[in-house]
Amino acid sequence: MTKKPIKFVLNGREVQAFVSPDDSVVDLLRELDHFGARESCGQGLCGCCTVLIDGVSVTGCLELALLLDGKRINTVEGLDADGQLSAVQQAFIDTGAFQCGFCTPGFILMIEQLLDENPDPTDDEARDYLSGNLCRCAAYPEILSAVRNAAMKRKTAQGADA
Amino acid sequence: MGDKTMTTTEVGRSLPRLEARQKVTGRANYTHNLKLPGMVHAKVFRSTVPHGKILSIDTAEAASYPGVAAVVTGKDILDVVPEPYYGPAFHDQPILALNKVRYVGEPVAVVLADDPRIAAEAVELIDAVYEELPAVYDETEAMTSDAVVHDELKPAGTFPDLKHLNGRKDTNIALDFHLKQGHADAAFASAAHVFAHSFQTQQTMHTPMEPIISLAEPSGDRLIIHTASQSPSFVRSEVARLLGWSENRVQVKVGHLGGGFGAKLYIKLEALVAALALLCRRPVRLSLSMEEQFYTISKHASTFHIKSAVDKDGRITARKCEVLWNGGAYADIGPRVTQKSGFTATGPYDIAAADIDSYALYTNRPPAGALRGFGIPQLVWAYESHTDLIARELGMDPVEFRRRNILKDGRPHVTGTVMKDAAIDAVLETLAERMRWSEPFDRGEGTVKRGRGVAIGFKACVSPTTSVATVTVAADGSVTLHHATVDMGQGSDTAMAQIVAEVLGVRTEEIRVVDPDTDVTPYDMATLGSRSTFHMGNAVRKAAEHARTQLDDMAKSLGMAETAAGRVKEVFRRTYGMQAGTVVGVGTYIPEYVSPNEDGLSDNVTPFWMIGGTGVEVEVDTETGRTKLLKMVNAADLGTALNPRIVETQLSGAAIMQLGFTVSEEMILDGGQVTNASLADYKIPGIKDIPPVIENCIVDAHTETGPFGAKGVGESATFGVSPAVAEAIQDACGVRLTRLPMTAEAIFHALHGDKK
Repeated sequence: MTKKPIKFVLNGREVQAFVSPDDSVVDLLRELDHFGARESCGQGLCGCCTVLIDGVSVTGCLELALLLDGKRINTVEGLDADGQLSAVQQAFIDTGAFQCGFCTPGFILMIEQLLDENPDPTDDEARDYLSGNLCRCAAYPEILSAVRNAAMKRKTAQGADA
Repeated sequence: MGDKTMTTTEVGRSLPRLEARQKVTGRANYTHNLKLPGMVHAKVFRSTVPHGKILSIDTAEAASYPGVAAVVTGKDILDVVPEPYYGPAFHDQPILALNKVRYVGEPVAVVLADDPRIAAEAVELIDAVYEELPAVYDETEAMTSDAVVHDELKPAGTFPDLKHLNGRKDTNIALDFHLKQGHADAAFASAAHVFAHSFQTQQTMHTPMEPIISLAEPSGDRLIIHTASQSPSFVRSEVARLLGWSENRVQVKVGHLGGGFGAKLYIKLEALVAALALLCRRPVRLSLSMEEQFYTISKHASTFHIKSAVDKDGRITARKCEVLWNGGAYADIGPRVTQKSGFTATGPYDIAAADIDSYALYTNRPPAGALRGFGIPQLVWAYESHTDLIARELGMDPVEFRRRNILKDGRPHVTGTVMKDAAIDAVLETLAERMRWSEPFDRGEGTVKRGRGVAIGFKACVSPTTSVATVTVAADGSVTLHHATVDMGQGSDTAMAQIVAEVLGVRTEEIRVVDPDTDVTPYDMATLGSRSTFHMGNAVRKAAEHARTQLDDMAKSLGMAETAAGRVKEVFRRTYGMQAGTVVGVGTYIPEYVSPNEDGLSDNVTPFWMIGGTGVEVEVDTETGRTKLLKMVNAADLGTALNPRIVETQLSGAAIMQLGFTVSEEMILDGGQVTNASLADYKIPGIKDIPPVIENCIVDAHTETGPFGAKGVGESATFGVSPAVAEAIQDACGVRLTRLPMTAEAIFHALHGDKK
């Protein structure tokens, strides 16, 4: 199949790539040695492949890579670009919110988006928001703690900035 | 190792996992990430019939499809593996089907291509013709069925106790295990009450989020296998055996696993990719889809007939258990589940007389193996449901009935082994307290009823097994641990490093833990059955102590103080005249064990007992059958926790996984075909399915023979979940379910009959 050139911004860096019409975003990211978004269920049900495209969460195993042309894509690898973990990442460590870690990048990106939209979510709001992500190790109670912990960390950081 | 009073600084500390930063940044080294130069991708062509003779496999069209490197069938495998049958208990599973297929989804052929999508397209062009044979799916039918899955039993030579099965024909019974303690018949004849019930469990799947994956890479006259495996040492020896090679020609490397739960044990894809790599002389990658995982390994469906004799005071005097394990088409570790878990079928109760009959059965289903509990959750489901039903019929409080019969330390289990360091009563009492069992309980109102239940279970750690570890100290004092326990999320790298750090007086975070690599990490039986903390933990502790002893001896011979602690660098420098040298500490651990005799009895049947229990409160909508868990309390005796926070995550994680097997998960078969092999149709718990209140309790306990008092915990919180939920449902709305899963539909039908 003929590959087509696309241009997009990956974690703040401009990238050009040649992609096949049937390449998924996860396929393309693998080519670019980004393994944080990963295919698990292959049906857009588990959230392991979550990425943010123009700031909106998308299941990367179902999204065609061609559609990235001209877009901004953010993956988990970009969160600590300055060498510092994000508040959500640090909260995951502080609350022990993962075991095997395979679903973790998807959860972290969803929570980043959740807290951008709603800086102080209730547990029920967090559960609703995260219902499209699956964790077979079932670290769900700790993930809810991580949401609360990250919300607090973000608020503290904002207070310090102000 | 009686170190109960010793104060520790590294052991017992709830530090985050050593690999935490890699995991939250998406940079953990899963096998999934690996790309090898020149590799081809494999896609499997699978059987569409449950049982049949292979008449022909037409691969011509697939082989000529542009971009296909090769198409391989079972006959081609014979060129590199003349006897291509593998398995941990029986050598019954072919690398690719030969002559016969035994379940829908069995691998029959493989396409290799540079592009995985071309391999997948070419697979569709293969055409196989079968002569269908009668099939059997149900474990009870398999006991007497004319449909026989294997013409002849082929036990692996490694287990002396399976030798008598060699060559047995015309049976689906892969293994029968029997235990006979005391005179059960006499006890039943004189009993005040006799109770008999039957329970069933369904076939389920592990669904690790990282699907099963292996790569093989030819390297000179050697082979390197990169695999998401829980048992690198077994993979090496089994692949070497299949190829007729020495073990040192096979190197098995394992990174972090994206979940395992028993799905990634023994041989899954490793023998296939090894053979493919040798045939095409290129690296081969085979990564299963979520759907294909359901055709690869599963958890045993089971039927359990249980009968108890009870005296007038509510004491159980004898118990008879018949357990049928539906092993599917290939034995995998099923025969071991049948025996090593089967002997605990009478439960954690003080019972003088018992008969246990436990059968591993072949059927035409996808194979079953170990899944977080090695058969124990199936047993606890039955014996604790039975326990609650007896208490109801006797009109006794279920906790009180358990108290009256509980098996205490110092008393013999039905095997004859005297219980030690098994805090069964403490687990029960912790649950009763945290559930406020003696206090009044709100039973709901109107059509929404509330109920509660508790259940406890225990497991004998599978024995005997061996672990070996090495601890090296470099001349600058830095420490490296080599061991082959696979960290699949349970936190073993961290726990083992804590043990080393404690012994050598350094900080855990400074220890380098090497990923399993059979070229450098020593033998370990496998990461399974909650054995690692105890077995590998003891080996690691011995290795660290061996290193410390050598350092102390070096210090002494230099005339320095008795202990080298804190001055390791100086000890090396003065010994070797510069920063040079290495100290290698080696530790090997195998526990004491006595094989059961012909009656299934042994006075030392396990190195340690795991105890777990769960209490739940539920709300049942009696109009719809919909059940909500309001509260879940998990309690376990895991000895002394090495890392309490990781342990608590393990407890709730295990209990929530078992909750899925309790209320929603079931592999549904139609004519042998799994019809719901996807996360769309096979419902695993999500974040909205967990109870709003979850409490995890580590009971105060200590295991004298464990490393710093610890023992295993990965499975313990699965034990009590299913029967506790069944009791709570009956407590709420009066119906008793005896088959899993207890879906809203099943509860509705139990409440309202089959009327629409």
